[in-house]
Amino acid sequence: MSVEIQAQGAAPGVHVHTQDTRRSYLIGLGYAVVLTLASFWASSTDLVYAPGVPILLGVLAIAQMGIHLVFFLHISSAPDQTNNILALAFGIFVVGLLVFGSMIIMANLNHNMMPMDRLMQLQMQR
Amino acid sequence: MSATEQALATADSVPLSLRGPAPKRVVAGYGFWLFLLSDIVIFAALFAAYAVLSGESASGPTAADLFDKKHVLIETACLLASSVTCGFGSLAVLSGDRNSTYFWMSITFILGAAFLSLEVSEFSHMLSIGAGPSRSAFLSAFFTLVGTHGLHVTMGLCWLIVMLLQVATLGFQPMVSRRFFCFGLFWHALDIVWIGVFTIVYLGAHL
Repeated sequence: MSVEIQAQGAAPGVHVHTQDTRRSYLIGLGYAVVLTLASFWASSTDLVYAPGVPILLGVLAIAQMGIHLVFFLHISSAPDQTNNILALAFGIFVVGLLVFGSMIIMANLNHNMMPMDRLMQLQMQR
Repeated sequence: MSATEQALATADSVPLSLRGPAPKRVVAGYGFWLFLLSDIVIFAALFAAYAVLSGESASGPTAADLFDKKHVLIETACLLASSVTCGFGSLAVLSGDRNSTYFWMSITFILGAAFLSLEVSEFSHMLSIGAGPSRSAFLSAFFTLVGTHGLHVTMGLCWLIVMLLQVATLGFQPMVSRRFFCFGLFWHALDIVWIGVFTIVYLGAHL
């Protein structure tokens, strides 16, 4: 993290540049507010083609997560961040597998399941 | 910036094998980052369960009946604002400023507590109209997901009190500021999880 390197690499008493970081929080807040309001707006508007709204909400949410990572958690592509980025990439990979894998499997099972009334009939016959 | 350049310059000139262990602050931050990612994987499992079960309301109240968008917007605002004040608080910790640490971290605590009380009032309202976790698979998944997030916020608030007490008793020792740094990471990560919650659970309900 950029703050940390400054604090760590600096000798005691060296001034820490808090002004830049303070600005980064404010910029992040600005982006986050805009994206939040946009997603609340998108969920209730008629201006957007209705089947596209879930995709729009997804894009806005992922964008806001990125904003939070960059401006609040100070994740960047700096050389001292390689470990953090790799761990994050693996985390995102696992999260994607879990969420989309579960949804695909459950939708598939649901699709292949016998309709409820016929299942009942089958049990009555037995 | 000169400190950064200096650190980078030494990092380049010394070969990797001779650099020795990373400073404790970096190691602690990295370990806590790994914990946060595994915590997010737990939430991913709960999100997957919710996504699968969100339609199974067992002819009880559905998501569109229960959720109020304005309420969620206020909750979101509280959490987002507390994330920023927490950032200002960690800057105050870095510069060793006791008063502004107390100031920003108290605001963080108040906003977090406001979020939590809004959530508790929502839950108690749902319980009072018979939409508790045992009503349907949808509500079980909802209470598990949002309740786990609320539990994390509660733990975060307890942690914040402990940290403020440590600043009061121990001062800004390296270990205290390290813990404060980890708390900041935790609080920001909770806000990231909340983005998923309000998008999928609350906004997704009205589509």
